[in-house]
Amino acid sequence: MSADLQAQGVEFNYPDGRRALDGVDLDIAAGERVAILGPNGSGKTTFALHLNGILEPAAGSITIAGMPVIEENYPEIRRMVGLVFQDANDQLFMTTVREDVAFGPMNMGLEGDELDRRVDEALRVVAGTEFADRPPHHLSGGEKRRAALATVLSMDPSILVFDEPTSGLDPAGRRELITTLASLPMTQLIITHDLSLALELCDRSVIMNRGRVVADASTREILSDAELLAQNRLELPRVIGSEG
Amino acid sequence: MGSGHGHALYVHEHSFIHRMAPQAKLLAAIGMVASVAITPREALWAFGIYAVAVAGLFVASRVRLRYLFVRLLAVAPFVLFAFFIPFIASGEKVELGPFNVSVEGLWGAWNILIKATLGASVSILLTSTTEIPDIFRGLAALRIPALFISIATFMIRYLELIIDELGRMRIAMTSRGYDPRWIAQARPIATSAGAMFVRSYERGERVHSAMLSRGFTGEMPIFKQTEPTPAQWAVVSMFVATFVAIATTALVVT
Amino acid sequence: MILGMHAPDGFLNPGTAVVTGIISLVVVGFALRQSREQLKDKAIPLAGVTAAFIFAAQMFNFPVAAGTTGHLLGGALAAILLGPSVGIIVVTIVVVVQALAFADGGLTALGYNVLNMAIIPAAGGFAVFRLLRRVFPQNAGGVIGSTGVAAWASVVMAAIAFSIQWLFGASAPVPFDTVFGSMVGVHALIGIGEGIISALAVGAVLASRPDLVYGARDLDRTQLAEAKVGTRAFVIGGVLVALVFAAVVSQFAVDNPDGLERVAEDTGFIDSGEDHSLADFIFADYATAGVSNEALSLAIAGIVGTIVTLLVAYGLFAGMRESRGRDPASV
Repeated sequence: MSADLQAQGVEFNYPDGRRALDGVDLDIAAGERVAILGPNGSGKTTFALHLNGILEPAAGSITIAGMPVIEENYPEIRRMVGLVFQDANDQLFMTTVREDVAFGPMNMGLEGDELDRRVDEALRVVAGTEFADRPPHHLSGGEKRRAALATVLSMDPSILVFDEPTSGLDPAGRRELITTLASLPMTQLIITHDLSLALELCDRSVIMNRGRVVADASTREILSDAELLAQNRLELPRVIGSEG
Repeated sequence: MGSGHGHALYVHEHSFIHRMAPQAKLLAAIGMVASVAITPREALWAFGIYAVAVAGLFVASRVRLRYLFVRLLAVAPFVLFAFFIPFIASGEKVELGPFNVSVEGLWGAWNILIKATLGASVSILLTSTTEIPDIFRGLAALRIPALFISIATFMIRYLELIIDELGRMRIAMTSRGYDPRWIAQARPIATSAGAMFVRSYERGERVHSAMLSRGFTGEMPIFKQTEPTPAQWAVVSMFVATFVAIATTALVVT
Repeated sequence: MILGMHAPDGFLNPGTAVVTGIISLVVVGFALRQSREQLKDKAIPLAGVTAAFIFAAQMFNFPVAAGTTGHLLGGALAAILLGPSVGIIVVTIVVVVQALAFADGGLTALGYNVLNMAIIPAAGGFAVFRLLRRVFPQNAGGVIGSTGVAAWASVVMAAIAFSIQWLFGASAPVPFDTVFGSMVGVHALIGIGEGIISALAVGAVLASRPDLVYGARDLDRTQLAEAKVGTRAFVIGGVLVALVFAAVVSQFAVDNPDGLERVAEDTGFIDSGEDHSLADFIFADYATAGVSNEALSLAIAGIVGTIVTLLVAYGLFAGMRESRGRDPASV
């Protein structure tokens, strides 16, 4: 149900030559839930796209459950690593939510009852059964986010990678999503600017800046280091009633 | 002139035409329109029968006739052109009230008017009783290449998003007092078209990444199709056969 | 005017509909294979989303003058940004979906609508673009200038193609000269808007993502960064060329006064007292003009048709060669 992940010295350059990843080292144990924090442009999303081979590193290596992320392993890696994109519109490209949820399992060759079972189960987990047959562009922001999650859950992944899962959601939508994430047993990497989400869901946090991991500690420790946060353009929410 | 685009024409109703399998409807529409197109313009009786049949289908579909007339305005520019033909065409002339018009031109105008109106009516009937994804499913069942249909499906999926972006750009420009009157002032429009292309292309790349992430290999998975029932085939065959028979008779008689 | 819209059923005769349908099918089938080769597994999302862009761009009204507006056809723009084969596919899908899903354009008119609104503007426009690129400077200004003229030419070529189809498949005896003169004359003017908007749009893409402009892939960053001198000169020069062209072409229609004048004469706006004699005069004029002009008409149609066909073929061939040569879809 959950898998571990190792990244060693991962480097990547954009086509125009700028350096995006400058030697990322990261070790995640099976079943861990880790927040990835950091300013815009620090390489978080680029790193996420390396985890299932969408981008290939210029140097360094990544292994998932002991399996190197190389072309011959892509089909299995992509089944195991579920990427939930920042803009759900990029992930919901089919005519109905149900077709989108079925897209992954169908590419894996599933059909018939097993396919239906997978799709229904994924929709149930995200509480999306009622909007299953609606076209994606008629869903609310929160519903789109949950539908996008269902499209990867149907592939029975062991690692989930979220890119800004709560951006643009209203407070109720954000709460529903957090509840869903907390209930999932897979290893989770959550890229986010939402520090209270990190504190609530993740025991451990990593800060990336300029293509490197610059801090890796318990979320409480990181969030109580005001200087570290400021250096990396992060800010804690101010609590109502406190000074300032 | 593209004002009618972007909004689906589907009219939600419950009729046997709405329920009919899309591939059957497509074949029926093509058969009917093709029959109309090959019917000689002199066969007035044939066009009379076509018109009655198409009107009957509209009644059966429960789509309001008023809706049909509004949508028919889309062919208005061609109707206008058709009205000019009798005046600019050559050949024998007749007096028509205060006007002196070409007989051949009159026939030509009639030919365009009636065929355009009937053809557009059939198309409107098809699109108002069939949702766009179903039209594509119908095309797939008719063995149109899958690549073509997949691209068309993606186009429709992302059209609304792009139109929304376009609307936001418009608002941003208007709220800064931009109100172009001459082509020389069109630079901001062209620039936003360029920006829109870049955004669209980048979205295409992100969608591609999302597809690869879920095991896409270049072929879209094939979903189950609804097969037309024998009764639907019977209705479609009857209609198309009638239209073809009328067209053939008209060709022979005229 | 006519080309900005989708011709309805019955506009040209059934034979022309079938022949143009077959031509369109063959070309689109060929372009589908080419675009799959060019885009690999990116074909569906990239062509799909950019088709949505062209669809939306056609709804983009721009001012022509004093409150009147026109809109983009986008064939040449699509071909220059995406390459001729992907461009053809994208615009074809727009035209076909407009007919099938939006009841815009006749189902039996699809053959000539696809040919005139997608294939000829995309392939012909790209061919003109390629030829001009050799003449214009090898920098961003050259690409922008070539785009402007090519987009203008794509609209004119489509008008020419329509006139030629009218020669073979007219549903009414309106003389070829009248149709050719007014169609091409009017579109030489309409095309100015298409040219300016397309050129500036390509310029905007070159400024932010030059790697996305298929027609500029041969240029490196330093060439692209070179001063874009000449954009203004090209706009002024292009407008002048278009005006002269329109003026020359409309001379073809002089023997047969164009539609509005003819209507005015026929309906007696010009001389209401002499209906009969005037009609006889015009009839006679056409009869004689028809004889002496028939050869000329056919000659013009033949020559122009050959040029359009060659340009379209060249555009298709150029696309094929380029997509074989390298993989433009790679990031």
